[in-house]
Amino acid sequence: MNIEHLARVADLNARYADAIDADRLEAWPDFFLDDGRYRITTAENLAQGLPLSMVYATSRAMLRDRITALREANVYEGQYYRHVLGTPLIAAVETDGLRARTSFMVARVMRSGETVLFATGYYEDRIVFDAPDGARFAEKTVILDSRQIDTLLAIPL
Amino acid sequence: MNIHTTVRQWPAEGLVRVPYWVYSDRALYDEEQARIFRGDTWTFLCMDAELPTPNSFRASNLGDMPVVVTRDANGAVHAFENRCAHRGSLLCLKERGEAREIVCVYHNWTYDLTGQLTGIAFRRGIAGKGGMPSDCRPEEHAPRQLRIEIFAGLVFGTLGRNTPSLEEYLGPEHVVRIRRVMRAPAKLIGGYSQIIPSNWKLYIENVKDSYHASLLHMFFTTFRLNRLSQKGGLVVSKAGGNHISYSMTQDVAGNEYEQAGLRSANEGYALEAPEMLLKNVDEFGDGIGLQILTVFPGFVLQQIRNCLAVRRVVPRGLDKTELVWTCFGFTTDDDALAEMRLRQANLIGPAGFISMEDGAAAGFVQRGVAGANDAASLVEMGGSGTASEESRVSEAAVRGFWKDYRHHMGL
Repeated sequence: MNIEHLARVADLNARYADAIDADRLEAWPDFFLDDGRYRITTAENLAQGLPLSMVYATSRAMLRDRITALREANVYEGQYYRHVLGTPLIAAVETDGLRARTSFMVARVMRSGETVLFATGYYEDRIVFDAPDGARFAEKTVILDSRQIDTLLAIPL
Repeated sequence: MNIHTTVRQWPAEGLVRVPYWVYSDRALYDEEQARIFRGDTWTFLCMDAELPTPNSFRASNLGDMPVVVTRDANGAVHAFENRCAHRGSLLCLKERGEAREIVCVYHNWTYDLTGQLTGIAFRRGIAGKGGMPSDCRPEEHAPRQLRIEIFAGLVFGTLGRNTPSLEEYLGPEHVVRIRRVMRAPAKLIGGYSQIIPSNWKLYIENVKDSYHASLLHMFFTTFRLNRLSQKGGLVVSKAGGNHISYSMTQDVAGNEYEQAGLRSANEGYALEAPEMLLKNVDEFGDGIGLQILTVFPGFVLQQIRNCLAVRRVVPRGLDKTELVWTCFGFTTDDDALAEMRLRQANLIGPAGFISMEDGAAAGFVQRGVAGANDAASLVEMGGSGTASEESRVSEAAVRGFWKDYRHHMGL
């Protein structure tokens, strides 16, 4: 096992989750390459080989569009997330980066104070080391354990 | 004193009022299960395509009642209650799969895919001792069989003895408009479910409410996917409970929303990559860009450009509803159209730029009316009738729902 790989993946995902949980959503697209892909699907769809996503973006511009919509267009109640991430599992090492799997749990905290376990699942990441100390997602697939989402999924996971 | 008879009086104004107790009355909920879901109505169970091979099954619901839909070895589709004749345990514990028979895990009672009881463990006991009396007729306690009809690849079921044929129940306009969307053999592209924090009727009212769409959903309005100024129409079935709302893609480019200062028309709001999301083709060749169709009580067929889905509205208690989404394309789709459907699916579902808000809106009403059992909502847009009309600035389809609902409920 390469400790440095593990550290870089853990660090990237930790910073990624922190940006979301701290409501720095405008920074979220920058964790991806310009043509980075992001999607959220369910374990059920995956098991059946069905391609549907809840969120499907194939560029940083599409990710920025998600955030603009959340800020300006969509109607939803004030809420924030708390991500808890598992230890990354390095699935493969590639010439320019690696593939990793990281499980997550996300609690959702409402304006009213109500806190629930909102989502569990794992990230399938393809990470590219695009600078000596930098890393970005070329692809991040969020696989939800459950097919059910309570009310709505506005903020990215 | 009978509190219910006092409270449960429909307002004298009729269909233009909906009393708020309909969303929070436990006894009414139970009665709906019997009179509507297990009564003389057709419930959408699944798509034919969800039973891809002989000996396959899919779990579904008839209101609260769990149901198994199967395709037997000969290809025939059946549906029956998901409840063992013996002690009432769920028979089928998976969402979908393949099986030649269904075995209850509790005591190993066995059923074929038509729902007939075929085997009882140790029925005659062991070594002549124990077992079931010879005059016991467990077959007579078999799970209830649903009557099934398949229309345009959609499987519907009913328990009602007097439910008319499905085509008659749908009505001539729905027959045409469902066939319009189901133009080729369906191909599943996936699904998920959205838990709506409200009574099931608040969600179905939301779907039938053609007035709200372009006011709540800025996405619809700003990108001119659906504006009330666009040409279209509202169809309400004779009984009232089935509706279609549609609009043409072509826009007259009016600025009624901007002039009225409506929140949903935000001229300062734009997308960086709209074509990545909204690129579409007129696959139906009729210029209709949006068609939302419902069948009483809880079926929705959706066409938003090339984004096609069926939605099952499953009551999960007084103030909880599961909305089961199944998205599909056709076996004839080329790669470009298949990709377009996946991109446009960003509009729908729990994370959909449009649909996320419907879950919230129904919940806002459920919470807003707590403590208002003696008050009622105003349903007067477009007058007091339930007739089909060109204008979608109307709540005719919502009134239609209540007309049918009251008929079934005897309210």
